Amino acid sequence: PLLRELIRTIRTARTQAEEREMIQKECAAIRSSFREEDNTYRCRNVAKLLYMHMLGYPAHFGQLECLKLIASQKFTDKRIGYLGAMLLLDERQDVHLLMTNCIKNDLNHSTQYVQGLALCTLGCMGSSEMCRDLAGEVEKLLKTSNSYLRKKAALCAVHVIRKVPELMEMFLPATKNLLSEKNHGVLHTSVVLLTEMCERSPDMLSHFRKLVPQLVRILKNLIMSGYSPEHDVSGISDPFLQVRILRLLRILGRSDDDSSEAMNDILAQVATNTETSKNVGNAILYETVLTIMDIKSESGLRVLAINILGRFLLNNDKNIRYVALTSLLKTVQTDHNAVQRHRSTIVDCLKDLDVSIKRRAMELSFALVNGNNIRGMMKELLYFLDSCDPEFKADCASGVFLAFTLKTIWLCPLCHFSFLQAGSYVRDDSVPNLIQLITNSVEMHAYTVQRLYKALLDDISQQPLVQVASWCIGEYGDLLVSGQCEEEEPIQVTEDEVLDVLEGLLVSNLSTPVTRGYSLTAIMKLSTRFSSVNRIKKVVSIYGSSIDVELQQRAVERIMKISLIDVALPLPGGPAPAPAPSVPTSQPTFLLDGISSQPLFNDIAAAGENLFDSLCLLSFLFQVNGANIFEWFILFYSTGIPPMTAYNKNGLKIDFTFERANPNPNIAVITIHASNSTEADMTDFVFQAAVPKTFQLQLLSPSSNVVPALNQGTVTQVIRVLNPQKQQLRMRVKLTYTHKGSAFQDLSEVNNFPPQSWQ
Amino acid sequence: MIKFVLMVNRRGQTRLSRYYTPVELSRRAALEADVVRCCLSRRKEQCSFVEYKDFKLVYRQYAALFIVVGITDKENELSIFELIQNFVEVLDKYFSRVVSSCAIMFSLDRVHFILDEIVQNGLVVETNRSRILTPLNAIDKMSDS
Repeated sequence: PLLRELIRTIRTARTQAEEREMIQKECAAIRSSFREEDNTYRCRNVAKLLYMHMLGYPAHFGQLECLKLIASQKFTDKRIGYLGAMLLLDERQDVHLLMTNCIKNDLNHSTQYVQGLALCTLGCMGSSEMCRDLAGEVEKLLKTSNSYLRKKAALCAVHVIRKVPELMEMFLPATKNLLSEKNHGVLHTSVVLLTEMCERSPDMLSHFRKLVPQLVRILKNLIMSGYSPEHDVSGISDPFLQVRILRLLRILGRSDDDSSEAMNDILAQVATNTETSKNVGNAILYETVLTIMDIKSESGLRVLAINILGRFLLNNDKNIRYVALTSLLKTVQTDHNAVQRHRSTIVDCLKDLDVSIKRRAMELSFALVNGNNIRGMMKELLYFLDSCDPEFKADCASGVFLAFTLKTIWLCPLCHFSFLQAGSYVRDDSVPNLIQLITNSVEMHAYTVQRLYKALLDDISQQPLVQVASWCIGEYGDLLVSGQCEEEEPIQVTEDEVLDVLEGLLVSNLSTPVTRGYSLTAIMKLSTRFSSVNRIKKVVSIYGSSIDVELQQRAVERIMKISLIDVALPLPGGPAPAPAPSVPTSQPTFLLDGISSQPLFNDIAAAGENLFDSLCLLSFLFQVNGANIFEWFILFYSTGIPPMTAYNKNGLKIDFTFERANPNPNIAVITIHASNSTEADMTDFVFQAAVPKTFQLQLLSPSSNVVPALNQGTVTQVIRVLNPQKQQLRMRVKLTYTHKGSAFQDLSEVNNFPPQSWQ
Repeated sequence: MIKFVLMVNRRGQTRLSRYYTPVELSRRAALEADVVRCCLSRRKEQCSFVEYKDFKLVYRQYAALFIVVGITDKENELSIFELIQNFVEVLDKYFSRVVSSCAIMFSLDRVHFILDEIVQNGLVVETNRSRILTPLNAIDKMSDS
C-alpha cells in the first residue's frame, strides 16, 4: 500500500495496542520486501518507515535501504533516501560513512536538485571525516554562479567549519564576493556564514571588519528601496535578511570604535524608519536595539534604543512586551538612568498575566529601586509579594530584601512581609543589616517600631523578625508609647504592655538565646526612655542572676558597655570625652539613668557601613576587654584601618585606632586607648610619643591620667601625625605611671603600624 | 540556531518532527511529549515564547495545529515567530488550501522537502516563498511528465 493508505489504516486503530499490531504487520511486510531487494517498492516502503519512525516505532532496519535509495539513479529515490538518512541516521551508525561516496558523486551531479540534496544532507549530519573529505567540493560550490547551490553551499560550509574548525581558512577566498550577490537567498546564507566565521575566530573578525561599509549599504538599500514584491513581507523588504545583517553588524561593531561609528547612522535610520504596526517591523527593531546596546554606540543612540523598548512595553502584543523586558534586564546596569524613565510601565507589567513577563518585570523592578523611588516601588513590590503565585514568593522575598538592603534605607513594612513570608530564606547577616538601615531612616522610626511591634503581637516564632523588632522597641520604645506614627493610625500601647511583650520573649520556648539577648537589651535600654524603671530594674536583676549563664553575662556586659560608651568613646573628629564615673564590678547597678544611647547610636551608624553588625555582634559575643574592642570596632568600621596593639606589658595595654583627617590625607589621626588589667589603678599616667624627623606629631590632652584597674575603663588620647612623604610610620613611646605606690617608666618602639595608616 | 521543528495536533500527537541537533531516538518521544504539554497548557494571555530547560520554545497555533520551534538563546524570538508564519504560508501555497494537521500527515515527505528548502542544519536557507517552492514544483512537473 501507499503511504497515505497506510496512514488511513493506522488512523482507524482505536487503541494503542491495535495501532501497534498494525504497525508490526506492516513492518514485517516491509522487511520481507527489503529482503527481496525489490527496487520498485523500496522508495514507498522507506517513506512508510519514516512515518512509523515519527510515531515512535523502531525503524533502524531501514537504514541500509536509505543508502540504496541514495545510490539509485532516480531522483525520487534519491530524495527519499536522503531524507531517510537525515531522519534515521546519525554519526554513530556505521552505515553513515558509506554515504560519503554517494554524496561526493552527487555533489558533482549534473542536476542541481541532486547537488542540492547532497549539500543539504551533508550540512545536516555529515561527520568530521565526511566533512574533511568533502570540504573541497563544498568550497567549489560556494563559488558557483548558481544561486540555488551557492546558498546551500554556504550553510553546508557552516556545518563543515563547526565540525572541523581548522578548515575555516579554506573558505576564506570564496567569501570575497559573497556580499555582491543580488540573490537574497545567497546574501542571507552568506551573512550567516560570515557570522559563524567571525564568532569563531578573532582573526576572521578583524579581517571582516572591512565589510561593514558594504553591509551598511545593503541594509540601506533594503530600507530605502520601494516596494519589492519578491522580498516583501507585510510591507517590509526582506525582514529576515535585515535581521541577519543587523546581527552580523553587532558582532563586527562590538568592542571596535571605528566599526561602531560606521554603523551609527544606519542603525539610527532603521530605528526610526521601520514600520511598527506589524510584528515583522518589531522583529527588526528588536534586533536593532540588541545591536545598539552591544556595540560602542553614542549615548543618543542608546537612549533611542531604550525608548524603543519603552514603547514595546506599551504594545498590546505580549510577545513584544516579553522581548522588551528581556532586553531591558540586560541593559539596566549599564544604562540605568535611561531605563528608570520607563519604570512605571515596567511596574505595570507586574500585573501581567504571563508568568515569564511577570518574572522579568519583577527582576527589573529590583534593579530599578533607588533612594528616590523607594516608597512607590516598595508599595508595588509588597503588593506583588502578597498576591503572587507561590513559585514566586521565595524569589520575590529574597529579591526584595536584597534590593532594599543593598540600595536603600527604608525597610520596615518589608521586615514584616519578607520575614514572615520567606522566613527560612532570610540569611544570618540580615538582622544587623536591617538594624543599620532602620537606624539610618530617621523619619521612619515611629512607623517602623509600630509595625514591628504589631508583628510581634502576631507571631514570635520567626527569630530574625523578633530580633529586629526587639531592637527597635528598645531603641524607639518612647515613640511607640507616645503614638507618634504618621504613616498609619498610631496604636495605643502602654509601657507595661510593651514590657510584657519583651518579657514574653525572654520566657518563650520559641526564643533562641540570641533572641533573648536582644529582648533583654531592649528592656534595659528602655530604662532611659520609659518611666517604669523599677520594673525594668527588677527584670534585669532577675536575669542578672539568671541561671542562664549566657544571659547573665550579657546582662552584665551590656550594662557595663552602655555605661562606658558615653565615657570612653572618642567620636571621629570630636572632642575627647569626659571621664567616666567608677563602676563597681560585683553587682550590676543602674548607671543607665541619665544616659541616652540614642544619639550615640545614630552617630555611630552614620560613621560607617556594617557598624551595626559589629555592634550587635559585640553586644552579645565578646568576652574580654569589652570596652576596648567595642571602640576599636566602631572606629575600624568607620575608617577601614584595622586597630593595633602598640604596647602590652605588666598589665598595661595600649591600643591604637586610626582615622583619616578629612581635608588633609597626609595627617593620620591616632587615638590611643590605654587599659589596665591589674587589680590596682595606674595613676599619674602619662603617655608620650616621638616620631622620626620626616614626620610631625601633635599630642592632644588625654581623657584622664588614671587608668582604672580590671579593665573598667580606658584612657584615651589623640595623636595627630603629619606624614607628607608617606613614609612608613614609626614611633617611640614613653610611658610613666604610678602603680601600687611605685613609679613605673617604660620606653618602647612601635613599628607594627598597618600600611593603610600611612599610605 | 534552530534546534528542532515540531508540528503537533491538539491531542499532542506528532505530525512532523525534525531535529537539527542530535537527540537520541529514545529521548525524542519524551522530549516531544513534554514540549507539547508545555505549549498546550499555555493560556491565550500568555506570550508565545517559553523558557524550556536551557533553551527556548517559540510556538504558534493554527486551528488544530501547533507548530513549535526550539531555539537557542541567541535567536531573535520575534524573527522566528515570523519564520513560522512564513512556513505556513508556503505550505498553504503549495497545497493550494489551508493546511490542516491531516494534510500534513498524509504528505509527510513533501512537507519535509519544503522544510528542507527553508531550514538547513538549524539555520535559515531561504525565505522567499516562490524560491522555496521552485525545486518542488520543478520535480513535481518532471515526475508528472
